[in-house]
Formats: sequence, C-alpha cells, structure tokens
Amino acid sequence: MAAIVSLSEAISAAVHDGDTLAMEGFTHLIPAAAAREVVRQRRRDLTLVRMTPDVIYDQMIGAGCARKLVFSWGGNPGVGSLHRFRDAVEHSWPRPLQIEEHSHAGMANRYVAGASGLPFAVLRGYNGTGLAGKANIAEIVCPFTGERLAAVAALRPDVTVIHAQQADRAGNVQYWGITGVQKEAVLAATRSVVTVEEIVDVLEPRPGAVLLPTWALGYVALAPGGSHPSYALGYSIRDNEFYVAWDAISRDRDAFGRWLDEHIYGGAGEA
Amino acid sequence: MNGYSADEIMTVTAARALRDGMTCFVGIDLPSAAANLARATHAPNLVLIYESGTIGAKPGSLPLSIGDAELAETADTVVSVPEIFNYWLQPGRIDVGFLGAAQIDRFANINTTIIGSDYAEPKVRLPGAGGAPEIAACCREVIVIARQSRRKFVERVDFITSVGFGDGPGSRQYLGLTGAGPQQVITDLGVLEPDPESCELVLTRVYPGVSAAEVREQTGWDLRVAADLGEIEPPSPAELAVLRGLLATMPEGDS
Repeated sequence: MAAIVSLSEAISAAVHDGDTLAMEGFTHLIPAAAAREVVRQRRRDLTLVRMTPDVIYDQMIGAGCARKLVFSWGGNPGVGSLHRFRDAVEHSWPRPLQIEEHSHAGMANRYVAGASGLPFAVLRGYNGTGLAGKANIAEIVCPFTGERLAAVAALRPDVTVIHAQQADRAGNVQYWGITGVQKEAVLAATRSVVTVEEIVDVLEPRPGAVLLPTWALGYVALAPGGSHPSYALGYSIRDNEFYVAWDAISRDRDAFGRWLDEHIYGGAGEA
Repeated sequence: MNGYSADEIMTVTAARALRDGMTCFVGIDLPSAAANLARATHAPNLVLIYESGTIGAKPGSLPLSIGDAELAETADTVVSVPEIFNYWLQPGRIDVGFLGAAQIDRFANINTTIIGSDYAEPKVRLPGAGGAPEIAACCREVIVIARQSRRKFVERVDFITSVGFGDGPGSRQYLGLTGAGPQQVITDLGVLEPDPESCELVLTRVYPGVSAAEVREQTGWDLRVAADLGEIEPPSPAELAVLRGLLATMPEGDS
C-alpha cells in the first residue's frame, strides 16, 4: 500500500543523497513541484535520469544536486538550450557533470527492461551512430536470424518520481492524456513517489488512462499544479511563457541564483 | 525577398513533399508547420504522428511542443513512448520523418550532439539525439530541413547522431537500416537530393533568384550541381495565406 503523505515528507523519505533518481513525464505531467522540493531539501550527488531533462533538471543541475545525467534530449522544448545543463557540461559549473546519453527509443527500452525484470532490451537502432558502443549500449547478434541489433542495459532507478492527475484515498493512481514512459519508470524503480493534482473518493475509468495500483507504489502526495510549467490534461495548460522566460533566467548564473533564492530557498514550499 | 520569407518557402517546399494519405513523423517548428500546411491544403488525410505518442493528431493551431494538449485531444489514439518507438516507428510503418540538423555532411549524416572534435570536452553541447536516430533508421524516407551555411553543411560531421548514408553506397544495408534514408534536404536556398549511385548530396533545385554558385558558396564541400537544375515554384498566395493563418495561431513566445 502506498503511503499518502505530504510532498516534503515523500521526498525526504524516498530520495537520498547519491541516489539514482528518475523523474518522468513526457512534456505532459512533468513532476516539477517534486523536483523543486528535491532542490529545496538540498539533495546532492544524484544521478539524474530522464529522457528530456527539461527545465526541472536544468534547475537541479544548476543548484548542484547532480553528479551525473542520463538522458536522450537535453533542450528547452520549443525554445532552445538548457543553459544550466550546458554550463555544467561545457564549464563544469557549479560542479562537473558526467553525462550518459541515449536516443529516446534507447531510453524507453531501458525502462521497459527495468520494468520487466530483464537485464537488457533489444532494439533496431544506434548502428552507425556515434552513440553505438557508449555506456550501456552494445551490439548484439540475434540468435535466430543473425541480425545485428542494439542491446541497451536495463534502467533500475533507486527512486522514480512522477506526477498524475488523480489518486484515490487508498493510493491507487490514475493519469491520462500523453502517458509517456511513467509506468515503465515506476515499475523499474526500487521506490516511487507520485504527486497528484487531486485525491478523489472514486477513480472514474477514462479512455486511454493508466492505472497504477496502490500496492505497486511507495508514496503518494497531493501537489495541485505540481506539473507547472508543464501541464496536467484536464487541470492546467502548458505555461509556454515560462519556458521562454526560463531561457533568460537560466542563461546567466547570477539571474539563476536569484531565481533559486526567491522561488526555492526563500519560498514558502510547494504545498 | 519576393513577398515571402526564407522560412516560408522552406515550409511550403516541405509541405509539397508530403502526399495525401501518408503517415508522417513530425518534429516541432518548421516540420510541424509544413505537415499542418499540407494537411490544410493538398493532403487532408495526412496522418500526423508526434513522438509524444499522439497518432493522427489534428491540431487546429500549431503546437509549441510535441506534447501539447491539443495533440492528445485531437489524436485518433495516444500511445506510450515505448509503444510509439517500438510498435509504430521501428517496424517501418511510418512513411516520412522530418529531421533538423546542427551539422549535415556530404552523405547526409546528421549531428545534433556536439560541436567540436572532443566528445568529452565539446565546444558546444547540443541537445542530443531525441527520437532522431531511429527516425533516420526506420522511417521509409526522411526529409531534412536546415538552413544552409558552411558551418552547418560540412565535409564530415563532428559526431554522427543520425545516419544518412554513412560512408556512401552500401552503408545503410550493411548497418541494417531499413528505411531509404534522407531523400531531400530542404534549405533556405534550395533542395539537395542524394545521387542514386554515389549517395552524395547533389543540388537539384533552387529557389527563384538563387544561383547554384551561391549554394556552393554556402556548402563546406565541393557540392555537385545537377545537370538539369530545377527552379522551385514560389509559394502561391493560397499557400502563404494558409501558412500565415496557421502561424498566427501559434502560442505566444515562439522563437
């Protein structure tokens, strides 16, 4: 059974220094409030895993939470660069950041392997690219056809954090719209935290929804608006202006520092 | 220019490359504008697929991200990220995929990873692969959209993020890449297409008022020019009107 707790309690209990932490949500349902809480609790030496680091990992990297990033596309969607990520890779600021990069298909399959309890997954990809042969990507020969394919190592995060629209009072979770890779990321992880827009008496079945049963989850925390500046279908719309504004905030170390002081360390908290 | 911008003629040229009924893997920005222009004009049954898992999206306005709510709300179906790549893209079900490039070389190999010779200490760290390597490998064909300059069109890319034709003839077959690879590279000067034998990109068409010499000047290798170099029809008033209407629906703040 999932424990229904506050966001600050959930992060404090589930995310530890040195953890491999995955936070998923593909453009939609990005667990942004949880990411800000990780920064607020000053976690360190994290290995951050996420297909599209987005502004949340830009914030965590700039705040010095991460020692390593595992990812497949590190841009500010529709806008341009993630400047804190680039500053860390190009100038080791505020600390050196190791990177391990994949393609989207590679990352997705790594989660599938983790969720399936398998050591690796197979895909047709990477052959001929500069990514082939880098960490956790290897060539494999099909034992049936002799075809040369890519094997990618399973991802097994210590903890996965996602955001969903609803939980019920028993801690069952439901989300819908663009469902991304969150189910696989949660099932691949040792521990999990789900933040939700709303806790309801009864989860109404919805077309295309994913339901994660309470017994498969660790912590559920109420965080209305918790995916901002991303969105939760049916609850909020994407704050495109924030993504544009982030370009200027993140471009400059001092401006970013002021943002951190004002919105994270000096803020009232998420809930 | 002549009543239209470089972006507009690039977008119109890309839209014209799409035929009605095709399935199309769409990225954000120019490709998304091109695909939606095609759907609003000559290809009403074009199936738009975004890597967020939205299949058959029919947005009324241009999305700012590949995961905008309107894509999910208007899609025939929304599938997970593992499913979009494993069940839909990988087996070759998608006719055409659009890719951008920070660098592209003579054999249409694409770099979106780093600028510089040392992967560990890049001069510029770019966003990386995203869905591109598998789009390049598995879509039946690929259309690349990139502004032409010597910095971008280089003899050899600093890093191969997505394979075009590798080292030349036979590379794709050797590597087991199932799609046909890039069939058009649409730039702000004209269109480059691979030579069927050498796989090398050749200038085949230019925009009105652009000379082959100008295109060669903006290319970092000794670009070949097709003997029957064609001129691309300028955007029609109707195409421009629809495109501008679509762009006017874009959310605030697009770059």
